[in-house]
Amino acid sequence: MTALAAGFDDSSHDSQRVFRAVLDAFSHPGRILAIPAKVEAPGALSIAATAFLLTLVDRETPLWLAPDLDSAEVRDFVRFHTGAPIAPVTAAAAFALITPARQPMLDGFAIGSDPYPDRSATLVIEVPALRGGPNRTLRGPGIDGSIIAGIAGLADSFWSEWAANRALFPCGVDVVFAAGSELLALPRSIAVQC
Amino acid sequence: MPDGAYNYAYLDEQTKRMIRRAILKAVAVPGYQVPFGGREMPLPYGWGTGGIQVTAAIIGQDDTLKVIDQGADDTTNAVSIRRFFARVADVATTTRTEEATVIQTRHRVPETPLKDGQILVFQVPIPEPLRMLEPRETETRTLHALTEYGVMQVSLYESIARHGRIAKTYNYPVLVNGRYMMSPSPIPKFDNPKLDNNPALQLYGAGREKRIYAVPPYTSVKSLDFEDHPFEIETWTECCALCDSKESFLDEMIVDDAGKRMFVCSDTDYCQERQQQHRPEKT
Repeated sequence: MTALAAGFDDSSHDSQRVFRAVLDAFSHPGRILAIPAKVEAPGALSIAATAFLLTLVDRETPLWLAPDLDSAEVRDFVRFHTGAPIAPVTAAAAFALITPARQPMLDGFAIGSDPYPDRSATLVIEVPALRGGPNRTLRGPGIDGSIIAGIAGLADSFWSEWAANRALFPCGVDVVFAAGSELLALPRSIAVQC
Repeated sequence: MPDGAYNYAYLDEQTKRMIRRAILKAVAVPGYQVPFGGREMPLPYGWGTGGIQVTAAIIGQDDTLKVIDQGADDTTNAVSIRRFFARVADVATTTRTEEATVIQTRHRVPETPLKDGQILVFQVPIPEPLRMLEPRETETRTLHALTEYGVMQVSLYESIARHGRIAKTYNYPVLVNGRYMMSPSPIPKFDNPKLDNNPALQLYGAGREKRIYAVPPYTSVKSLDFEDHPFEIETWTECCALCDSKESFLDEMIVDDAGKRMFVCSDTDYCQERQQQHRPEKT
């Protein structure tokens, strides 16, 4: 039996700070934000993904775990600290934790409906790094003109999936890339040029 | 010291998470009204319950809060909301627009240009721009889903037919990011151009109607108009009697029983800044 990783030292203030970093990331897509709180990451999760879960996931939001991130350690952590039910299928998930090993990456998650586009999944994608990968140009709400993002570890096919997701607007999934203790958001409104 | 009888920032953590999730979806779909589980707040509907819930969900000890009501920092609504957050969220407060990280506002956008990193929280009475034209929520939701906004264009056209111009002066409808029609809340149309491509994040909270919506920074916000009747803002022949500003939104005041009038800036912080800069001998 392994010891349970610790959550936030101060759940109220730490989750507020992390939320503001996430909000900053969503309102400035392509910008890299550091997680302003200390957490222990369970299993194969990054610090950023762990802090994101502790901040936004709870008993109202089913969480789907990709098989390569799923472990007893992660499940215990999620159950103890957040109370979130583990979603049995992707379509039932409000949030999902995945890696680029899942192919196709964005398939099968809730995209919302035209009257209720907010009823869509938010995916946290664990990547090796948020810098140093192939450069992509991002444009859309939150970006002053354009911004370059160099997310590492993604197959080229991800970007054609993203273009298809963008075409569903206002429906579609929203993505947060997590690496180490940093994150970068890609809301569905963002167009990406290779 | 924060008031120990309440959780930090008044709302419980579960409620804050729910509101935070709604805010993220609102930012992801600019101008779309996200339903949320609005809570009872310790003040009546119409006094900013939506704005307060949004502010409570985002605010932290590192923030500096400014609250304005019709541009003024010293009116009842502004003073009581500022004191509320000073008490329950242990947060620094200011009246200076440029010092604030979070600005909660009722019916104005500050005259001083906002910066990257600032958050403007609007109090919204009626979030649905089409509500006065179509009372059924099921219908307005479908109209938004289909981007079917002809009914509003007809309403503006009827105003031109009747008055010779678009007579709407506040709560003037806008199109966000070329997709969603949005109520900018009852700000004067004078403030509409400030919403467009603003470096600050705009969050809108409607407490009674239980809706949250957002305009991310650097996002297009276009006031509806016609090619031959382009959108125009209010203008004044007078300038501010206190700071001489010709660029700001002016309130008309009746100052005696004989009907003597004066015009002063609605934005008190902007006006005081200008008075100190331009007439230092009077301070």
